[in-house]
Order: sequence, then C-alpha cells, then structure tokens
Amino acid sequence: MANKRLITFLIPIISVILGLIAGAIIMLVSGYNPIVGYTALWNGAFGDSYTIGETVRRTTPYILTGLSIAFAFRSGLFNIGAEGQVIVGWLAAIWVGLAVDAPMIIHLPLAILASVAAGALWSFVPGILKAKLGVHEVIVTIMMNYIALFSANEIIRSVLTDGATTTEPISATASLASPWLQSITFYSRMHYGILIALFAAVIMWFIIERTTLGYELKAVGYNKHASKYAGMNVSKNIVLTMVISGGFAGLAGAMEGLGTYGTISVMSGNINIGFDGIAVALLGANNPFAVVFAAFLFGALKEGAGEMPTGAGVPTELVDIIIALIIFFVASSYIIRWALLRFKKGEK
Amino acid sequence: MEYVIEMLNIRKEFPGIIANDNITIQLKKGEIHALLGENGAGKSTLMNVLFGLYQPEKGEIRVNGKKENITSPNKANDLGIGMVHQHFMLVESFTVTQNIVLGKEPRKKTGTIDIDKARKEIQELSDRYGLRVDPDAKISDISVGMQQRVEILKTLYRGAEVLIFDEPTAVLTPQEIKELIEILKSLTREGKSIILITHKLKEIMEVCDTCTIIRKGKGIGTVKVAETNPIELASLMVGREVNFKTEKKVAEPKENVLEIENLYVKDSRKVDLVKGLDLNIRAGEIVGIAGVDGNGQSELIESITGLRKARSGVIKLNNKDITNLSPRKITESGVGHIPEDRHRFGLVLDYSIGENIVLQTYYKKPYSKVKILNYKEIFNKAEQLIKEYDVRTPSVYTKARALSGGNQQKAIIGREVDRSPDLLIAAQPTRGLDVGAIEFIHKKLIEERDKGKAVLLVSFELDEILNVSDRIAVMFDGKVVAIVNPEETNEQELGMLMAGSKVNGMGEANGK
Ligand SMILES: Nc1ncnc2c1ncn2[C@@H]1O[C@H](COP(=O)(O)OP(=O)(O)OP(=O)(O)O)[C@@H](O)[C@H]1O
Ligand SMILES: [Mg+2]
Repeated sequence: MANKRLITFLIPIISVILGLIAGAIIMLVSGYNPIVGYTALWNGAFGDSYTIGETVRRTTPYILTGLSIAFAFRSGLFNIGAEGQVIVGWLAAIWVGLAVDAPMIIHLPLAILASVAAGALWSFVPGILKAKLGVHEVIVTIMMNYIALFSANEIIRSVLTDGATTTEPISATASLASPWLQSITFYSRMHYGILIALFAAVIMWFIIERTTLGYELKAVGYNKHASKYAGMNVSKNIVLTMVISGGFAGLAGAMEGLGTYGTISVMSGNINIGFDGIAVALLGANNPFAVVFAAFLFGALKEGAGEMPTGAGVPTELVDIIIALIIFFVASSYIIRWALLRFKKGEK
Repeated sequence: MEYVIEMLNIRKEFPGIIANDNITIQLKKGEIHALLGENGAGKSTLMNVLFGLYQPEKGEIRVNGKKENITSPNKANDLGIGMVHQHFMLVESFTVTQNIVLGKEPRKKTGTIDIDKARKEIQELSDRYGLRVDPDAKISDISVGMQQRVEILKTLYRGAEVLIFDEPTAVLTPQEIKELIEILKSLTREGKSIILITHKLKEIMEVCDTCTIIRKGKGIGTVKVAETNPIELASLMVGREVNFKTEKKVAEPKENVLEIENLYVKDSRKVDLVKGLDLNIRAGEIVGIAGVDGNGQSELIESITGLRKARSGVIKLNNKDITNLSPRKITESGVGHIPEDRHRFGLVLDYSIGENIVLQTYYKKPYSKVKILNYKEIFNKAEQLIKEYDVRTPSVYTKARALSGGNQQKAIIGREVDRSPDLLIAAQPTRGLDVGAIEFIHKKLIEERDKGKAVLLVSFELDEILNVSDRIAVMFDGKVVAIVNPEETNEQELGMLMAGSKVNGMGEANGK
C-alpha cells in the first residue's frame, strides 16, 4: 500500500522531469542552448519579487479550475466546461462590482458569491441534462463554453458598456487587489485571491474526504450500480457534482475579474484558463493539495515563458511543447509505473 | 511419474498477509486435479502465480520437467497454460470469433485479419470438444454459460495443454454445470490436463482424479479422490468436522411480512419476465425460491428492492405499500438484500472494507453527524463485523478489491444480516463460499428466522433450498407455479415443477 502511494506521488514528479528533459533535447536540436533557455524560464518565473508575484497571480485561477475539474472527475464526470464557467463567473463578478453600491464587507463577498452562483448555474444545465436525459456532459459543456463566450461578449458591448470593448473598472469596495501584496512584490498584480484559492482546496478536500456527500460522490464515480443499490440518488449526485464543480470554476473567474484586471473585456476566443485546468487536474491526480502544486507549476511555466524570447531567444511556444510533453508523460504513467516496479524488483 | 506442471514450495506474500506459504502441487498429464481450500486460503493466488499474473517470492515452477520463469500471461500461453477466470474478460460488443482471436489474429498476406480462417478454426475446436459455440454470436447476446465456453475456446485457440478453471461452476445453473462437466471430461480425453478450483465437493467427487488441499495459505496434502469422501475432504480443508445437514427447529410463522399480488415486471429488453406473480412470506419463516435461471427471479428481487420498476401489481411490507418506492425508502422500511452479483451491486470495490460496511447506513448516526463522517465509528463497526463473520482480510482499511471472492461475500452478508431487517432477501448467498462458511451462513439465516424475521432465499442449489427453507415456492415463466413443503418433496419432483410440469396433489393450497 505504502509503495503504491509513493509511486502515485512520484509519477507526476518524474513526468515533469522527463518533460523538462525532452524540452531540453528539443531546444538542443533546434539550435538553442537549453541551459540558457531554462535559466531564462526560471528568471521569468522566480527571478525577482515582481515575477514571483506574477507567478502567484497566474497560479490562482489555475488552482480553482484544477479543483473544479478534479472534483467532477472524482465522481466520474468530465467537466470540459470550466472554460465557460470561468467566463460567466468573471462576468457576474464584474457586473456586481459595477452595479452595486455597498461597503466592502458586503460588496466583495456579494461579487464573489455572484461568480460562484454563475459558474454553478452554468454547469447545472449539463448536469441536469445528464441526470435526466443521459446526454453526455462532455458535449453539453463544450457547447456551453461557446454560449458563455459569445453571450458574455454581447453583454459587455451592449449592457455593461455602450459598445465599448472593456468595462469601467469595478469600484474599490469589490476589489481583491491588495496594495500590501503589490508593494512587497514590486507592484505585481498579485492579490488576495490566492488565499481564497488555497481555502477552496481545503474545502474540496473536506467535502470529498470527510462528508457524506463526498462519500456518495465517490461511490457514484466508482460504481453506479452499487450506489443505486445503496439507496443513493445517482441523478441528484450528478447534478450536485456538476454544480459544485462549476462553482469552483466560476470562482476562478472572480479571481481574474476582481483580482487581476478589475474589468472584463470582449474576448476574441478562448481564455484557456478552463482548458488548462484539465491538465492541472490530471497532473494533480485529482487530489486537491496536489492540484495546488500542479497549478503552481503551470503558473510558473506560463509566467516564465514570457522571459524566454527576450532572455534566451527561445520562442514561448517551446514552453507549450514542454507542458504538452509533461501531460503526455502523466497520461502514459502506466509506463512509468511499470518501470518503477521493475526497478524495485531489481533492487531486491 | 511424469508431471506436466509442478509448482514446488511456492510462497507469495501480499502486504500484511502470506497468501501462499510453501505450497506444492503436481499435475499429471490427462488428469483433473482439484484445488480445495477455504475462502481466502490462497487458491486463486496460487493459480495466478502459475498463469504469470503474480511473481512468487520463493519456489519453483516446472513445465514438463523443465524449470520455467513465468513472468506474464503471455509467457504462460506460450508454455501452453491457459486460465478461465471467474470473472470473464470478454469484449461485450465483439463477436465470439473476434474475442477469441483478439491479440493473436491470423493474418492474410496483405496484413489484414483473416477472419474466415479464424472462424473455421474456432468451429473445428468447438466441435471437437462439444462446446457448441456459435462463432458469430455477439457476447452481449449469449448466456453466462456460453461466455464461459468462449473463455475455454480462447485458451484452446492459443494452444493450451493445461487449463486452469477458477470456480467455473459458481456462476452456472445446474444444467450448465452438467454440460461443463462433460466438456471437462472431453478435454481430458483429448489429452489436456486440468486444474479445477471449486467449493463443491460433489463436483470433485464426480470428475476429479486427485485433490490438493490448502488451508490458510499452507499446503495440507494431496489425496486420490477415489480413496476419499466428501466428509473427509471437508474436514481436511476446514480442520474440523463440518455439518452438511443444517439443524433447525420447526418454523413458527406469524403474520405476513411480505405480500405480493399480481406483480408484473419487465426485464431490460422490455419484455415481461414476471407475469402476475403472487407470493407471501410470514414473520419467522424462510421461503426458498426454486427455479431455472431466467424465469423472473432476478427481476422479482429487483422490483421488491426498488432497483427495477414494477409495471403493475402491489408489493406490501408489513401491510404498507412499498411498490416502486426508491431503494433507500425500501431499505429504511426494513428490507435487507444480499445481491446476486456482488461486484456489480454489493460492493464498491475501490472502497475499503470499512467504507463498504456502511454502504446503506453512512448517513445515519453514529457513522455520521451533521453530514460529516465519523471514520472511527465506521471502522469500529467494521472490526466487529469482520470478527463476527470471519471475513479474512489484513485490515478493515484494505480495499474490497483485494479480498478473496468468498470473503467479499461474507462481508456483504455480515452487513445485511447485521441490520436485522424485517425482510432479508438472500440471492445466491453462498455462491463461491467454502463448506464451512456455507454452514455458518445457513445458521445465520435460520437465526434471523428464529428472531421473527422473514427470509426470502433464492438459490440454484436445490440442496440449499431443501435444507434451509420452510416453504419452497417454485417459479416458472414469471409465476409461482407451486408451493411445496421441503419435508415432503425431493430434487426430482422440484426439477419437474421447475420445468413447468404439474404434479398431482401439489399447488398453491400448501402453506397459504
Ligand atoms: N491483490 C491482492 N492484494 C492484497 N491481498 C490479496 C490480493 N489478492 C489476494 N489477497 C489476499 O490473499 C489471500 C488469498 O486470496 P485468494 O484470492 O487466493 O483466496 P482464494 O483461496 O481464492 O479464496 P476464495 O475461495 O474466497 O476465492 C486473501 O487473504 C486475500 O485477501
Ligand atoms: Mg478465489
């Protein structure tokens, strides 16, 4: 047992290392110096207090979309719709941020709750369709992503503004921005949202591991027939799982809206926070705390990538290739598991 | 003497348990060799070692006198060893032929699969051993017995000379068992050698030549079947005397607990399988349902427990209508259910034993309060039950998946009986259990009855039905066609009733 745990723990780490090695080889083959390249990546992510702040800022929504997808996955559901849920969450948070006039103690929680509710509502639709009609959630959530994107754009243009592409900044009473965090990170956009995201990881852990709801959700994920036999309401659980999963993703939208930008702009295409969450959940093996680490890794890679063209002349696309390779190695974890077991046998 | 397989002093450990401790088994060419032992004794483990699924820590395997290192099932296949697992490994949507050739497809010169050649070969094999398998049938359309034959063909197609059967008869009906036994005999006539795991001593006496007995992971010895008898085998295996005839007082039935009137239930293909069934069970009696598989027994149980909707009719429990309520409402109103298919319904295999023990009660005190689980209470309860029901497991934290088949079953029975429901439905409760465990389970069922509970027993084992029931309801074509007193009937008569023929002087009058 202990061994299995250890292996589960080692797989993502080994995958990351293999991904980085493969990336180095690709850099070599394409005529770049991998040491210079990775130094630039490191400096871009952790070089000074500003970049560290920005890395944390990037990590924050990844944690939440990672949790969102991991949560659904524990119950055997595949929430591809985090992307759309982030958008509606973002939009709802900004809307409340702009429209409501209240002291911070009311305004901020209200805006955050609005994002959660919007994300939850958005995933309620695929949830109920799956539960009642058996429509596969992957298809519905993908469609809902497009609906979210185009409706949000339209609302930004014609409701929140008069044909502009970006809203006014929200009032300070709804903002997560932290002058203190900004000042210690040399005026990065780091904000209090990271605390919310970490707290959300604890919440997910608690729901999954300690509550009767988590017990039911996992049971449904493992064995629907046995869950039905045990008297669990499988349909209700499907809807509830989707709603909670969507809530996490909606909250990720609030991080961007209330924390990083303070506005929402017309989007020309996917914002990818939701899709990257799938990779984060996969790398974190659907465990809430591992998801936090995986999100941090993604945040660092994405943030550091910005430094690679200027610092080493390496195109940022290379970081995307490395990320893809890491995911590839996680997905083929079977091979790593097999190799590890072989290795252990050999030792004996 | 020449042996085809020799497993010498095999040792295999799992975390917290030694599954095989210095076991030796030697298989002669052309014989059927039984492997007998209690639940969790290590039979499946030993055979999985031979089939290359597990690597032993110690010991040596010889195939035709030559020492071999069997590192994978593929290697085992190459050495002519095939295994028919208890849980079949077939692709439901493929045909018989496609399943059999999977991974070993014959190719045409162009590189495409030569399915015609495969079909012909399979037809030949099937004819030669009397398997009567249709190579073009889809797996999802054929019976469990047929699926098993496909597994047998799979091993033969791969050139198996030695066939391992892990509890092949546990999932079969009596008729299918007869046919399987004929197949086993024809296999040995053609020179194949067989290792057969079974808990049914009758089968060992009927077809086996030798029998190796293991107890708690240790080899007890090998006996010639011709020189022994079931009583001796049972006591060798359990280490004490076993009672075959269940002792019980005469039942003192009281008021009706379950009343079913004119029940109609459809199966998954939307055809009525229960067609106007009437049945009643009283407090303090065990009613056994005898019937050939597929006459509506499973649908009847699923409709009582709420897993399947009744099309019409009334099911009453303690005078309250429970027809088509949710499974939870029905459970809460006092129904316990030992399901026929333990892997599908009975257990969440990836949950620990402890978590499985509270599968229907997790939301109640003391296992949870204000929706927060109390794992200490849950595992305490599990500790108590695994002791009481002799569930052999390294700990209550072990995943259900890691338990031996029989011990999984004992855990389910413990969970259901412990709640002491007013109506206990036991569907094939002793399937896959060793004789000692069967004796124990029968005692438990009778204890429940004596406490004034109603018990509904469904079993294909006529012995069991005759031994344990106070009344026998014979089901045929979706109806109860006769109610008989076990004291006044026998297997022949039951067999005829189950086939749909009427017997004079019997009928609904009895016991109602
Ligand atoms: N994969 C595994 N991991 C851990 N323990 C295991 C595993 N497989 C089997 N065991 C343990 O090894 C012991 C022997 O199990 P095995 O399945 O061989 O029993 P068996 O003789 O086939 O019993 P049954 O008649 O109930 O099928 C049991 O105590 C079981 O819990
Ligand atoms: Mg077994």
